[in-house]
Amino acid sequence: MPLLEVKNLQVRVEEREILHGLSLTVNKGEVHAIMGPNGSGKSTLSHVIAGKPGYEVTGGEILFNGEDLLEMSPDARAAKGVFLAFQYPVEIPGVATMTFLRTALNAQRKARGEGEYSTPDFLKKVREVAARLNIPQEMLRRGVNVGFSGGEKKRNEVLQMALFEPSLCILDEMDSGLDIDALRVAADGVNALRSPDRAMVVITHYQRLLNYIVPDFVHVMSKGRVVKSGGKELALELEASGYAQFEDAA
Amino acid sequence: MAAVQETVDRVRRIDVDQYRYGFETVIESDKAPKGLSEDTVRFISAKKNEPAWMLEWRLEAYRRWLTMTEPKWARVNYPKIDYQDLYYYSAPKPKKQISSLDEIDPEILKTYEKLGIPLREVEVLEGVVRPEGERRIAVDAVFDSVSVATTFQKELKQAGVIFMPISEAIREHPDLVKKYLGTVVPTSDNYFATLNSAVFSDGSFVYVPPGVRCPMELSTYFRINERNTGQFERTLIIADKGAYVSYLEGCTAPQRDENQLHAAVVELVTLDDAEIKYSTVQNWYPGNSEGVGGIYNFVTKRGDCRGNNSKISWTQVETGSAITWKYPSCILRGDNSRGEFYSIAISNGHQQVDSGTKMIHLGKNTTSRIISKGIAAGVSQNTYRGLVTAHRKATGARNFTACDSLLIGDKCGAHTVPYIEAKNSSALFEHEATTSKISEDVLFYCVQRGLSQEEAVGLVVNGFVKDVLQQLPMEFAVEAQKLISISLEGSVG
Amino acid sequence: MNVALAKTETGHALSDAFAVARDRLPGAGKVAEARQQAFEAYERVGLPHRRIEDWKYTDLRALMREVLPLAAPPDAAALKRAAAALKLHAIAGVRRLVLVDGVFAPGLSEAGNLEKGLGIRTLRDVLGAGDARLQAQLLGPENTDSMVALNSAMMTDGIVIEVADGAALTQPLHIIHIASGGTPAAMFTRSLFVLGNAASATLVESYIAAEGAKVYQVHDSLIVSIGDSARLDHVRLIEDGREAFNISSSQVTLGAKAHFNTFGLTSGSSVSRYQATMAFDGEGSRVETNGVNLLNGRQHADTTLFLDHAVPNCSSREIFRAVVDDRGHSVFQGRIIVRPDAQKTDAKMMTRALLLSDEAEADNKPELEIFADDVTCGHGATTGALDESLLFYLRARGLSEKEAQALLIQAFVGEAIESIASDSLRELAISAAQRWLAARG
Repeated sequence: MPLLEVKNLQVRVEEREILHGLSLTVNKGEVHAIMGPNGSGKSTLSHVIAGKPGYEVTGGEILFNGEDLLEMSPDARAAKGVFLAFQYPVEIPGVATMTFLRTALNAQRKARGEGEYSTPDFLKKVREVAARLNIPQEMLRRGVNVGFSGGEKKRNEVLQMALFEPSLCILDEMDSGLDIDALRVAADGVNALRSPDRAMVVITHYQRLLNYIVPDFVHVMSKGRVVKSGGKELALELEASGYAQFEDAA
Repeated sequence: MAAVQETVDRVRRIDVDQYRYGFETVIESDKAPKGLSEDTVRFISAKKNEPAWMLEWRLEAYRRWLTMTEPKWARVNYPKIDYQDLYYYSAPKPKKQISSLDEIDPEILKTYEKLGIPLREVEVLEGVVRPEGERRIAVDAVFDSVSVATTFQKELKQAGVIFMPISEAIREHPDLVKKYLGTVVPTSDNYFATLNSAVFSDGSFVYVPPGVRCPMELSTYFRINERNTGQFERTLIIADKGAYVSYLEGCTAPQRDENQLHAAVVELVTLDDAEIKYSTVQNWYPGNSEGVGGIYNFVTKRGDCRGNNSKISWTQVETGSAITWKYPSCILRGDNSRGEFYSIAISNGHQQVDSGTKMIHLGKNTTSRIISKGIAAGVSQNTYRGLVTAHRKATGARNFTACDSLLIGDKCGAHTVPYIEAKNSSALFEHEATTSKISEDVLFYCVQRGLSQEEAVGLVVNGFVKDVLQQLPMEFAVEAQKLISISLEGSVG
Repeated sequence: MNVALAKTETGHALSDAFAVARDRLPGAGKVAEARQQAFEAYERVGLPHRRIEDWKYTDLRALMREVLPLAAPPDAAALKRAAAALKLHAIAGVRRLVLVDGVFAPGLSEAGNLEKGLGIRTLRDVLGAGDARLQAQLLGPENTDSMVALNSAMMTDGIVIEVADGAALTQPLHIIHIASGGTPAAMFTRSLFVLGNAASATLVESYIAAEGAKVYQVHDSLIVSIGDSARLDHVRLIEDGREAFNISSSQVTLGAKAHFNTFGLTSGSSVSRYQATMAFDGEGSRVETNGVNLLNGRQHADTTLFLDHAVPNCSSREIFRAVVDDRGHSVFQGRIIVRPDAQKTDAKMMTRALLLSDEAEADNKPELEIFADDVTCGHGATTGALDESLLFYLRARGLSEKEAQALLIQAFVGEAIESIASDSLRELAISAAQRWLAARG
């Protein structure tokens, strides 16, 4: 059974159809890149998979391990293992990052019927992951993403990914707002999480990110559909010739 | 459906009637006849075995009260109160003189147990060893109108701290009471304070002698129990030169259909270099989901920084009562004195809150700080009303005010009414206020990470009020956080 | 009680004045009836006092004590003095409309050769002639505020301006109120500005005194209606004589996608109060309302603004600055209400006071009243003295104390003045501020 199956997905936002019958199959262990110009519907796809309010699914389905994802609340999806790394992680003043991590992790574990982490175990785990990602302890005491640089915010996303151990990671424009060094640190963090049990969907406008996170499959989106799929060489092809050829194809 | 919309709908569905503390204790009580007259005042005074001067003081207040009218400027609406239809005194009938906790009516102790109040003297008597450094709390429990148990008396006595029901203090320390009672909140101050002066039943009295740091947190729990009983507490706390005391006040009341009037007066006095920290957690019955019942809470709380370099700090967590009319204030009389007001006010259902503070700068180089967090949900109205004023001679006065409001749902209201008055050029005032709702993006972010909608709102709200929670003593902060969660369960989703 | 006595005394004196003046007040029938009702409403309250919340900081019973008798129509000598004063305050390139002692002065005004789409009449004319539509607008204000009621009862003259749909006026209109300086008296004026859909215009109002004018009272009101997609730029400058009283009200209503940019500066008069209500009646509209009080001596100036967000998707910005010297007293009250359906309201208010002397006083009451949840609202207020370290820095660079202060004061009021959209209007405000600074020495 595939990990994620998107079948003929149609999505509207305020009366306007954004996705017109999109299909995508992702198996465990695979890394898929979704590329496309602005407005092609890439972010919409990630939001609908995670269950962001404001989108109306008018047709098609999304199965996750064979279960109907669209029937689930966003938090239930998270507990099932769907993780969305946000393009713009929000700031939550007054809520210490550490508190947030613990609350979220335990909420997911509780939903799965697993026991809560003890404080020492939790701290040990966070410290270990944080150290690997070069995230100082001081940052964890601050409010979630409050006063973080662009790179720090993305590293915080990767930290959560490592901590929550999701089976599907969707990285929405992870490279936006990052310089090369910050991008490399974040990408290294992501690569360390690649595993046969986990799949990743990397959404990006530019090929650049795919030099660091090398995908198994590349899909090109245009005007709400996948218009071409191929191996990693497709990304290089795009880099050379641009999206224009696909605009017409769509 | 939008995330916030879901929360809003959940708020509407929630039954506010699930008031956690709505249980009633069946015990005999000793009541004054219904209604208010000079006779009622005499009855109360006689019940308390008060000296003649105290009765005179009360009667004078009563006569004054007859000439006054109820204030109307606050943003609260309630049916006219029939002052003749209330009981002004109700005491559990004492079976005998109480000499230890064992002798207290087990029903009363059970009530406190349900409230989770630490009557830790029991533990002390039984020789329970507590970890080093853990703070202890002396509890002066007020059951309806009479203090029933005062703990830690011995240790306090050694330190020279007087902590007793004010009714006892009137008899045992008349000089202290005479010297300070009514000097911060005069008997003529306002309608409700004047009423309190005439009919107050009991309350706490604290005197901390010069140079003494009170060895433990002092705590009182108020609980309104008897049906139709006006509760008129009177508290007087004096920190003499260089003294320090932290005082915690908690209040709960059982569920009732009738509205109950509560008009307390709290007076604080700090002399040179003294400090009082006064913390309140108030979760009285807010009424049911239809807005029926609930406590009317008209409270006058005021501190007088009488001495130089003295400090008074108010912290309040207000989640209960149908009507809240409350402005814990500081008169910054002494040079270099400091006043603080930290407030969390959560309103839900049909609750109406009109609360804030007054910082009155009279001395030189006085400073004040106001942090107010209002959260409105349901169909409630939540108003911050505050005054900051620097008089002509209050050179170098400083104030910082931040009042933020959070709206949950589109049927509630959040209002900010600050009065900022500067009468000399060296005063420096800064005030800022914001009103917003919880961002849908933030909620979605939390929910994507696995938190339920309720948990996400709770998390954000706790972040919103964090600055104030940090001001509470540790034991109270935990309780307050729980309380906020409870009111969020019943109010936010 | 004392309060009641004071009310009765001034009330009696005034009701006699009303009886005497009635013949001189334009309008019969409905208008006369409305006057009578308004006067009765005024009499019930009398002059506002500190126990009336809206007037908490401006107790007219203590500050003004009485309403002076209605000013006589200006005679030739009065008009001559007014003309002299006008010369000193003339602004180039505007259409002048002059009221002397509360009466329209055609000889000093330019009411002819109107641009296409512009109509100008006098209040006296409109109330007398029985134009029902305009009369309804002129009689619109309710009698809830007693000073508005008094103005409704006594309004003698004013300017009624209509701008047709789609007309974009090139020439600013300038209404000038001049007190000619005869005997102590009160003038009661009301003007109306109706701006059609998709029209645009600029309105300047000035209040000045002829030489020798001592005690007088200005009781003015302005009613503005801004059509859909219309834009009004507005500046008012109170430069009345130092013993004068100026009590003005305005009521502004905005249609959809409309824009109102307004600025008020008060440097004159002994006691002044400007109370403005700005109400959104259509979605997508915006108000920028800014002001400056520049006070010294024993001046008292009160600016009270009320922003009524009654419909969704509107925004408002308020910036207010007060500079107070000597024993001056500045009051700012700003109230923003967001009504239950007014989602997506974006309202911000910032008020700051600068106190230059130990006896100066500033009271700020920035108020938010919010009944809708999806809003961004905030206010800020600060009060303080000039920054000593900045002053020292400037002094160290060779500026005198006054020069250094003047520079910092200009910077302080600058933010409010900068928000004036039109260059020429901004210049007007800047020069008014400079006049105040220059007079300070």
